[in-house]
Amino acid sequence: MRVHLSVLKLRMNIGMQYRTAALAGVATQFFWGFITIMVFEAFYEHASTTPPISLKELITYIWLQQAFLVFITMWFRDNELFDLITSGNIAYELCRPCELYGFWYAKLLAQRLSSAFLRCFPILIISFFLPKPYNMTMPPSFLAFLLFLCALILGLLLLVSISMFLYISVFVTLSPMGSLLVFSVLGEFFAGLIIPVPLMPEWLQIAANVLPFRWTADFPFRVYSGHISQHDAIIGIIIQLIYLLGLIWLGRAALNKVLRKVVVQGG
Amino acid sequence: MIHLQGISKSFKIAKRQSGFRQAAKSLFYREHTIVDALKEISFSINPGEIVGYIGPNGAGKSTTIKIMSGILVPDTGSCSIMGFTPWKDRVQYVQNIGVVFGQRSQLWWDVPVIDSFELLKDIYKVPQQEYQTSIELLIETLELQNILYSPVRQLSLGQRMRCEIAASLLHNPKILFLDEPTIGLDAASKIAVRQFIKTINKEKGVTVILTTHDMNDIEALADRVILIGKGSLLYDGQLEELRKQFGSQKTITADFRKNAKPIDIQGATVLSRSPEQVVLSIDTEQVNTSEIITQLSNNLELIDVSIEAQPIEETILKLYKEYQI
Repeated sequence: MRVHLSVLKLRMNIGMQYRTAALAGVATQFFWGFITIMVFEAFYEHASTTPPISLKELITYIWLQQAFLVFITMWFRDNELFDLITSGNIAYELCRPCELYGFWYAKLLAQRLSSAFLRCFPILIISFFLPKPYNMTMPPSFLAFLLFLCALILGLLLLVSISMFLYISVFVTLSPMGSLLVFSVLGEFFAGLIIPVPLMPEWLQIAANVLPFRWTADFPFRVYSGHISQHDAIIGIIIQLIYLLGLIWLGRAALNKVLRKVVVQGG
Repeated sequence: MIHLQGISKSFKIAKRQSGFRQAAKSLFYREHTIVDALKEISFSINPGEIVGYIGPNGAGKSTTIKIMSGILVPDTGSCSIMGFTPWKDRVQYVQNIGVVFGQRSQLWWDVPVIDSFELLKDIYKVPQQEYQTSIELLIETLELQNILYSPVRQLSLGQRMRCEIAASLLHNPKILFLDEPTIGLDAASKIAVRQFIKTINKEKGVTVILTTHDMNDIEALADRVILIGKGSLLYDGQLEELRKQFGSQKTITADFRKNAKPIDIQGATVLSRSPEQVVLSIDTEQVNTSEIITQLSNNLELIDVSIEAQPIEETILKLYKEYQI
């Protein structure tokens, strides 16, 4: 545990060095947030039927998405780990008295946390004070907020366990680009980052429900806005837990398998 | 402490001729060759030894180090280090070893060196007290005072290497594997590193296994050398032995007052000759050095005589040739 805290501390230190990057990130996310909201606003104005999610809920959904972007996007990656694998510096990682899966999991988690730490608060605070209808709103109840926190954290853990497969795949392919594209296109679409899941056609929603991606982003945000009832939220959290345990178990087995075959070349 | 028995490892290497046609062909069919990186390597090392592990490029030195540090799984053979099998008990085992790969880096690029050290302290679960003592020793002996708080990316190669070595020793390992620790270092840094390795070996009894291409490293540090070539173990023994066996050649340079008639020295080969100087090469197994000196002083009005043993580099080169590696 101490190792993991220490990794987090180091990551925070590194993250703090790049204030300008964080500032630029915040600006970009506002830009994106506004564009997305305006597009949806235009759609909603001319909708012939009542959409399955209200504009107010949708706007909250989008601001949360922007604030916690680094918690939910697959493309937010740790190039350091890719470099470790492709350059052979992984030799040193293997000389550490830690289980690699746990160590890397901690690294990836720390990276997302440290990035989010600098970005999410400005976005959240400012978005509350935006003029209507662009402003973010409070959750319907305190319980809904607690459930949201729970779902968000589990969602983050789940996303990291999914992204571990990305790094494991690099052991085989030696280039992160292919897996990165597949993972981010599929993952982000089914997580509702491009079109919110409630607005997808019926059959796509079924697919999204079966895949783990939705549980990382779409689910916690809708819990916050109250679009998912508290009862459904608790069931959702249990599903998140099951996915999380299953994926960690699978990832660990896969990593241990590739490590037995890995050959650090040269030097 | 370290026992290797019949360790073999082969790699499958994909092969392709140059050119577009060959590249297209390799989409469907790939040729592989099996390269035997290590063939039946066996040796044992006792606690407190410094062993130089030498051989030409591609001989299998790094492969052996990787197997011994648990990174690589050999095809056959057994290896027991302090009672552990490195690749099976990796997590418990690596707590006891320190590894420096001269060509790789274990320090975090963006943060000051000390931050990397702190993290390593937590990774190896070193108690604060112990960490404090070992880091003080490391700072002093490796002269890290001025570079400890600079980001790694701003360090020179020599400074970085000293930090890398320090990083590998924070947890007081009993065995230290050094894979080319002096690569790319200037003379001063090399000497500092050597001095340091000697110190920790003497004071803490750390067993050191060292690979290098710099024979001066070996000469300064190792009593025992293990030579491998093309994956096979060729020599294992004292450095002195090796020198006696292959380095019986000595060079004598004699300066003298101008002498008109050419001299002839029995038992020596003349390498170069001028009216004021002669350079001779002798084989100490055939002829005694003092005899040659006597002959020289009898025939000439000597000003200066210097005798040099064959440089260790040449001895090793001869050895490589002898074993055809």
